[in-house]
Amino acid sequence: MSDYVSEVANATRTLRSWRRSRRARFLGLISVLCFTIACSFLFSLIWGRTFVSLDSLVLMATGAEDQSGSFIVERLRLPRALLCLLVGMSFGMAGAAFQTMLDNPLASPDIIGINAGASAAAVFAIVILSKGGLIVSTYAIIFSLLIATLIYVLSIGKALVSARIILVGIGVAAFLNSAIAYMLSQALVWDLQEAIRWLAGSVNGATYAQAMPVTASLLIFGGFLIGQSRNLEVLRLGEPASVSLGVNLHRSRVLVSVSAVGLIAFATAATGPVSFVAFIAGTMGRTLLGAGRSPIVLSGLIGALLVLSADIIGQNAFSNRYPVGVVTAALGAPFLIYLIIRKSGRGELI
Amino acid sequence: MSEFSTQKLRVSYSAKTVIDSMDLNIPREKITTIIGPNAAGKSTLLHAISRLLKPASGQVLLDGKSIHAMRSRDLAKDLGLLPQAPSVPQGIRVAELVARGRHPHHGVFGGWTSDDEEAVAAALLATDTLEIAEENMDELSGGQRQRVWIAMALAQQTDILLLDEPITFLDLKHQVEILNLLRVLNARERKTIVLVIHDVNLAAHYSDHIVALKSGRVFAEGAPEEIVNFENLRVIFEVETIIISHPQTGRPFALPIHQ
Repeated sequence: MSDYVSEVANATRTLRSWRRSRRARFLGLISVLCFTIACSFLFSLIWGRTFVSLDSLVLMATGAEDQSGSFIVERLRLPRALLCLLVGMSFGMAGAAFQTMLDNPLASPDIIGINAGASAAAVFAIVILSKGGLIVSTYAIIFSLLIATLIYVLSIGKALVSARIILVGIGVAAFLNSAIAYMLSQALVWDLQEAIRWLAGSVNGATYAQAMPVTASLLIFGGFLIGQSRNLEVLRLGEPASVSLGVNLHRSRVLVSVSAVGLIAFATAATGPVSFVAFIAGTMGRTLLGAGRSPIVLSGLIGALLVLSADIIGQNAFSNRYPVGVVTAALGAPFLIYLIIRKSGRGELI
Repeated sequence: MSEFSTQKLRVSYSAKTVIDSMDLNIPREKITTIIGPNAAGKSTLLHAISRLLKPASGQVLLDGKSIHAMRSRDLAKDLGLLPQAPSVPQGIRVAELVARGRHPHHGVFGGWTSDDEEAVAAALLATDTLEIAEENMDELSGGQRQRVWIAMALAQQTDILLLDEPITFLDLKHQVEILNLLRVLNARERKTIVLVIHDVNLAAHYSDHIVALKSGRVFAEGAPEEIVNFENLRVIFEVETIIISHPQTGRPFALPIHQ
């Protein structure tokens, strides 16, 4: 018997060291990301058409003002960089949550029509109702929640099958996109400008007021998602195993869906649908971490870095300035194609 | 007295009743096998007593409480189910999968404790999977995978373990290996084990108690010697057999009659 006890003790020790090295790797990844985000954040504050030196940045931070620089940094660049981080984090977390819940990287909200729902509502508000600002955001939030419910209702059968949700979602997205195209064709010139700027996904003219609701949604919905992250990992074992392990299927799924859609809706309301951020950040988080740990936090950070760096590129890399959504779309589309090719190489269709 | 039983259990899929007014008492600390022809309701019964299916009427009692009224997490500490075909998350490693078995023992933000570590270690040892703990599930053989799933169920540390056709897709060597493992677990940890199995002879050889289902009802239940006989098998499976006894154990063994 004492043999058995010492065997268990040995095995426990081995497992502990394995787990510690995995955790060290996880914490390493998080630190590297945070450091890169901090550097990009600083860079985005000092770099641009006007260069602001690090010295004057320190002076501003300590309250000793430098007039011209402080306007550029505090009124333009700081809110812009903050908004990039907030929406990037929202998209990244929501992407990882959907992909994990439906156990498929293609089940990202920007592919299955949630973003398209927000866009259609916003275009409707801008073009047909000639509204702006907060009303556009409210429409985007309410309508993307409705669309998510619709997709769910249309794809529910005897069991929750992720391929069906993805296909229904793609169909709904196609329908919404043609509705958007129709509305744009009817738009007045000045509304058209506004609608197209919004559709591209842009952080131009970012304000602190825009950042507030996104912060609140991150705290609430993001908190729920982190709370559900372990249940989400268990859900991947399938319904019977999840029930056996004590997961309340219905409650978990509703909580995760509402939170993820909430994150998408508030972020989209602020900046428009920044394409493929949820998809890329969710997939990268999962790939970097493997199956042992929830990628939600990591994907949030990746999303933040992605949007911030895409905006830096869009603002500085070319002779023209491009909205952030154009840059992320240029990155995301090839990534999507690569993923589909890799999947079909493994014999999986969807 | 601790008991695990069903009372007037009725389970139906949409309009079709699969199990009807079933009173069944599952003996504790024993190995019980559920046998019966296809569509007799074997898996349905297992799903109902593991709370995967909600009964249309009647109840499943565990120590006097209805399992459908218990909190999911609390029940998951007493009762574990190994489903027929659980999904393997892509790229998951053996130790990570077995660690999932600790889920019901954690709060939302509760950290990993040394109890958890020990439970996983013991589960890996018991199923002889410690050597492959760092390997990828995708790369294992069917028999190894099944042992890993059993390890996960063991890490859950439940008194009752239900297994839905755990050996159906394995070759004879691995079938015997899994059944021997279950017997060791039953003897060493006094677990109550209930499994659905197709092979009547393996059921007779490895279980203490057999429940034979036919058309959603308990046709017969009892010790293997009482259940596996010519008359019962003729009615249950519509097959005529010659019953011999195992030279080592004396357990009944059914051979189909040559026609």
